[in-house]
Amino acid sequence: MTGRRAHGRGHPGRAAALFEFALALGDDALVLGQRLSEWCGNAPFLEEDLALANVALDCIGRANLFYRYAAELDGEGRNADQLAFLRGSREYRNLLICELPIGDFAFTMARQAMVDTFNLPYLKRLARSTDPRIAAIAAKAAKESRYHLQRSREWVLRLAGGTGESRAKIQSAFDALWGYCPEMFEMTSGETALLKSGVSVDRAAMKADWERAMKAVLAEAALEAPEGKWTISGGRNGLHTEHHGYLLAEMQSVQRAWPGLEW
Amino acid sequence: MTEYRLSGAELEAAFQTRVDDERRIEPKDWMPDAYRKNLVRQISQHAHSEIIGMQPEGNWITRAPTLKRKMILLAKVQDEGGHGLYLYSAAETLGASREDMIEALHQGRAKYASIFNYPTLTWADIGMIGWLVDGAAIVNQISLQRTSYGPYSRAMIRICKEESFHQRQGFEILMALAAGSEAQKAMAQDALNRWWWPTLMMFGPHDSESAHSAQSMQWKIKRKSNDELRQDFVDQTVPQADFLGLKIPDPELRWNEDRGHYDFGEIDWDEFWTVVSGNGLCNRERLARHRKAHQDGKWVREAMRAYEEKRRARAA
Amino acid sequence: MTNDRKLPLYEVFVRSRRGLDHKHVGSLHAEDGAQALKYARDCYTRRSEGVSIWVVRSSEIVASQEEDAASFFDPSDDKPYRHATHYRLPKAVKNL
Repeated sequence: MTGRRAHGRGHPGRAAALFEFALALGDDALVLGQRLSEWCGNAPFLEEDLALANVALDCIGRANLFYRYAAELDGEGRNADQLAFLRGSREYRNLLICELPIGDFAFTMARQAMVDTFNLPYLKRLARSTDPRIAAIAAKAAKESRYHLQRSREWVLRLAGGTGESRAKIQSAFDALWGYCPEMFEMTSGETALLKSGVSVDRAAMKADWERAMKAVLAEAALEAPEGKWTISGGRNGLHTEHHGYLLAEMQSVQRAWPGLEW
Repeated sequence: MTEYRLSGAELEAAFQTRVDDERRIEPKDWMPDAYRKNLVRQISQHAHSEIIGMQPEGNWITRAPTLKRKMILLAKVQDEGGHGLYLYSAAETLGASREDMIEALHQGRAKYASIFNYPTLTWADIGMIGWLVDGAAIVNQISLQRTSYGPYSRAMIRICKEESFHQRQGFEILMALAAGSEAQKAMAQDALNRWWWPTLMMFGPHDSESAHSAQSMQWKIKRKSNDELRQDFVDQTVPQADFLGLKIPDPELRWNEDRGHYDFGEIDWDEFWTVVSGNGLCNRERLARHRKAHQDGKWVREAMRAYEEKRRARAA
Repeated sequence: MTNDRKLPLYEVFVRSRRGLDHKHVGSLHAEDGAQALKYARDCYTRRSEGVSIWVVRSSEIVASQEEDAASFFDPSDDKPYRHATHYRLPKAVKNL
């Protein structure tokens, strides 16, 4: 592992922005995948256990691809595992909605519905990125997200139209998560810079469509659209919830206890 | 129309002939009640083992040391769930319902493999479970691919195909540790010290002590005896331990030229029965956690049912 | 667990490659056909085992009965003339 590499992809500012971009996408996927993997062995029934594990595997696989690309662009020459396992919470760039604890099954599914409803159109656009590596990862991920969205959407309808208890749980999950969603539409300065060359996607421009889609699902489920007056964000700047440190402490424990080894 | 009906004895003789001729028994065939019961017991116990077995390994999914290891382990533990599903399916062809089988597990009427009552304390334990525990399971399962009951046999064929990946990923973890630092080697050796004997116990009591063995062999529900399978496992595993540079914790272990097999020491049967009877390190936690997940999921299952009923009512 | 009602059982059939028949691979529990299909994907095709899946409620399958086996299948045992191997042809006759 040597020091700074020559990037050879335009000027260094662009490479740094691209690195940050791939890294943040990797962080989103890894942290959500880590949370989903906590369901393994704990789902409401066996078939759902296997299905949730598939979604978690898609997320972690996606993270691995984004990190590998980020590693190639990294000025410090870190590999994908070093990016995942040796950065602290303040250096993680994931959206806050990905890191919240899994809660109950309704909370997990409401979060998936919100994230999947964003991810599918986002990834479809990103699949047309002028950066071929980003485009290829996004194209693969979009296929996965299409399936994730079908699942999470059906679960929202089922839980909302099920029993009084399930309906109350899914409603309160949406209420609790709603304010974490606007962060999905915030553009970092790096993303904005990459927008001009067609590498990134304009998240902000997707907000209205997302809201329409979410409100349509909520209406179909006869759930109340949560009141949209509160917003919490900060993940892209490394300002996380208190849960995040525990998530990393657990995930990174082996690498931190025995640094620099092959596993 | 009057039909000639076969007597119970004739049916039983025809059944045994079919088994002896290596023709499979299928769900709708006549079978002795005891055969059915014995199969449900064995298959559901096998299914429960896969499901409870998700816990000790699942314990490390969130802590796997690399992204690759994390994906492999998650896929592996998911596979165990899949194997549980295949096996519950096979048992359901005999008229047992999954709910009843789970209830029997929760009430302690059904058993699962005792090996999963041992804790996974370090990352090396994940390697050890793959290499030893899955290795032992494969030895047993390979012989079960020819078990007399068709659905069980087909489930085992499918499971064996998938299990070989499990054993290899375990061995690969241990190869990395064996080639690693002194701390990693020590971690691997410590794990072997803890898992070796419990793995040998997986094959069950000696043939002379085994309650179900003789009848199960006659019915070809089991194809090889406990002691034969245990010997197969030891014979294939010792050279692998040598390759890893790990020492099997048995001073009596040595190659016996005359027998063409390894001799090995006596299992601590007191420990075996302690764990089987519920007093292993993790017995209570394993069951409690399974109960909790099942109980926590109840409202979800009820919601699904209610939703479907409303949908049908609307459609009608 | 008294009110924990049972989810219906579905049988799963997978076509492993184009050109092959769907083959029975096992069963699973689901609330409806659409859900059963998704779970079949997650439970039975984790290793790209399939290009197409059928699911059918187990209770909808009409199966022949073992006690009917004699009247169902034995009558065809004495009709060897239905099989090509029944007919012996002179070696000189080709392509038949």
